[in-house]
Amino acid sequence: MTASPLLRVRDLRVGFGRQPAANEVLKGVSFELAAGETLAVVGESGSGKSVMALSVNRLVDFGGGRITGGGIELCRRDGSILDVTGATEHDLRHVRGRDIGMIFQEPMTSLNPVHTIGRQIEEAFRLNRGITGGAARAAAREVLERVRIPDAKTRLDYFPHQLSGGMRQRVMIAMALASSPRLLIADEPTTALDVTVQAQIMALLAELRAETGMAMIFITHDIGLVAGIADRILVMQAGLAVEQGETTRLLDHPEHDYTRHLLKAVPHFSAGQATRKDGKRDGAALPIVKVEGLVVRFPVGTGLFRPKGAVHAVDGVGFDLLPGETLAIVGESGSGKSTIARAILGLIEKTRGRVTAGAGHTRRPIQMVFQDPFASLNPRLDVESLLAEPAVANRQRRDAGVRDRMRLLLDRVGLPQDALSRYPHQFSGGQRQRLCIARALMLNPDVVVLDEAVSALDVSVQARVLELLIDLQREFGLAYLFISHDMAVVERISHRVAVMYAGEIVEIGDAAAVLSSPQHSYTRRLIAAVPSVDRRHRHFAVDATQVPSLVRPAGYEPAAARWREAGNDHRVRLEADA
Amino acid sequence: MRFLQALFRHPSGRIGASIIAIYLGVALLGALGLTPHNALKQFPIDRLKPPSLLYLMGTDLLGRDTLSRLMLGIGQSLVVAFGSVAIATVAGTVIGLLAAWWGSLWDGVLMRLMDVLLAFPAILLALLIIAIVGPGPFTSVTAIAIVYTPIFARVVRGPALSLKRREFVDAARTFGSSQAYILTRHLLLNLIAPLTVQVTLALAWALLTEAGLSFLGLGTQPPAPSLGLMLSESRNLMQHAPWLMLFPGLAIMLGILGFNLTGDALRDILDPRMQGRPA
Repeated sequence: MTASPLLRVRDLRVGFGRQPAANEVLKGVSFELAAGETLAVVGESGSGKSVMALSVNRLVDFGGGRITGGGIELCRRDGSILDVTGATEHDLRHVRGRDIGMIFQEPMTSLNPVHTIGRQIEEAFRLNRGITGGAARAAAREVLERVRIPDAKTRLDYFPHQLSGGMRQRVMIAMALASSPRLLIADEPTTALDVTVQAQIMALLAELRAETGMAMIFITHDIGLVAGIADRILVMQAGLAVEQGETTRLLDHPEHDYTRHLLKAVPHFSAGQATRKDGKRDGAALPIVKVEGLVVRFPVGTGLFRPKGAVHAVDGVGFDLLPGETLAIVGESGSGKSTIARAILGLIEKTRGRVTAGAGHTRRPIQMVFQDPFASLNPRLDVESLLAEPAVANRQRRDAGVRDRMRLLLDRVGLPQDALSRYPHQFSGGQRQRLCIARALMLNPDVVVLDEAVSALDVSVQARVLELLIDLQREFGLAYLFISHDMAVVERISHRVAVMYAGEIVEIGDAAAVLSSPQHSYTRRLIAAVPSVDRRHRHFAVDATQVPSLVRPAGYEPAAARWREAGNDHRVRLEADA
Repeated sequence: MRFLQALFRHPSGRIGASIIAIYLGVALLGALGLTPHNALKQFPIDRLKPPSLLYLMGTDLLGRDTLSRLMLGIGQSLVVAFGSVAIATVAGTVIGLLAAWWGSLWDGVLMRLMDVLLAFPAILLALLIIAIVGPGPFTSVTAIAIVYTPIFARVVRGPALSLKRREFVDAARTFGSSQAYILTRHLLLNLIAPLTVQVTLALAWALLTEAGLSFLGLGTQPPAPSLGLMLSESRNLMQHAPWLMLFPGLAIMLGILGFNLTGDALRDILDPRMQGRPA
């Protein structure tokens, strides 16, 4: 036997509630982690992956969890072995931070908003290394530089809200590094971030790991994301480790059905190779929705008589949508894609521009499905009332005809008939989203706007909802305006793709063409940043390009866009310096 | 009813609801004239009798039975409390909802108006109303209702503002649902829980305020009995006939306790984290 591993977890069981042993979330997980090794833990929500990570430093105690069986042994810096399961809170305080660092999913809530980031990093140094005063400040600056934050000295005096999400996550990493931990636990550290920022953080973590030689446990739901960084992968399902192994072997020769399912059934980005072949654009058809010169601005700052400026959320956007086709609008947060959806539905006011709906067969030809299936259903109404609402709103009676349509749609979206008398909280996230889809179809629309409609769902649920959407599109001849930040999902469902950047469409055209040969520099950057199993050997370069500010002074008008044709149905906006 | 079952399963809810039920029963008997003695008729021979088998709670200076007067007094207090809180709930909810829904200018105007009302103590408002219409139960109801309207408006406005921005309201707008439908089905229906709790707690305070107003002679007028009035009449006889003060005082205290305990229990029962089942 060689030197003992850094961390050894044997048959770990963790339970919650009054009787932890009877209510186990983690049902026996074992693994070993050598010093400097990176283990990726992959699973969907409820698989127990976060509970497992929180058990390693016993933070799970604070969430009401109890370790009910098994053991965790941590090899400390001096070579002694600490039994984490039996350790006192006093011992653990020295382990957390010093031996085991941790970064969380949501960088805004993990930082205290009333202190400058400098003070928060200095605190980490003071607690873990006993460094105070000027030395702590110098150390804080140095660690900020290590996480590649430009102009670190002035940034020390910034408050968390003055930094972007990616910058905040870097600060979190800096704080975790303050104690030079030998094990870093990263719990979905990039899930809340945009894909290009995610690529930057992943590249940073890979570089830091090489520099410091620390071990990492990386928790994620996206197997493609960790493919490039992990030495070994542990796949979790329902509290059990169903498969673990060396990364290449596990990805190329998965043994367990669930691993195969994660690799095959779940959408993975393949640069335009997996786009839809059906329902290609037919030049003769008339558009069902035509958007021309859409401008949406939100005033900011109050001058004496009029606003000082405006956020140019959407600037001069135009496209058309033919019956039966899917146009995907992709872009990062703040690029204005949801604003377009809301402006089309009339939920927010257009500053300028025209949205014309073609002759639909109902009074409300455009319907919408929202991102969060938990927030878009009134919790106090039963399914029958929820489904009846669109009909009632359009002065139909809740008669047999309406009930028949409810049953038909419930059946079509794969929900049981007895769902009608149930309430939203009795359904899972995927079922609720099916319910939202059924509700959007109640008025027999021609167009459905799907605003990040599958983003809140688990990956395998996501795949099934996408299949459902494609089936419904064929059956009812629907046109979809599919808004998403997830390139893999977009590739699976869309016929055409429009790429948004800073409130403007920079590239639009046939999905296969845009995704396989992106022309605009932003599209290229976006597509290069998408992680995937296929592209795991490619290395990300740290690219710190920031999105320009959308706040413009009053009266500012952008220059008219100039376009060039990059092929049949593929248009690219000319860049300023091109 | 599942809701009442949950209330009776809650430890303090059981006590509170029992007290309210007993008060309602007593008030009903009083209203039907089923009191042990005539509450208004004077028996000068039996004046200031201490509690006995004939007069369970003794008699007052004019020889009237305290128990009978107490039963009528509880009824009087409950009518004023329920009446005023009902008016305040409806007015406050409508104002709060509309302020939240219309927003900006209307929100500012309506809520500042509520702030002005909130600055007046109930007693001062009662004096103002007496100057206009004269004393009586109507004065108490109006004064208490006006005092509670801004409180309900505030309780409704906060959650209504956040509900207004929820996605299900946006979804309703995409179907073309009418404003009235959105306000009732999506906002009001989700406000029932906080409103129920607030109503119960307001009832306790209304009971106390009614007693205070009657005590000062601004509410119920003699010879009609009321809890506050009975306390006021017994003030000078405290040493000779302590029962005259004890029983109305206890009645006020227990009533408030009943409403408060029920309010606390409702707060627990209606807590969203406890909502395993639809109510």
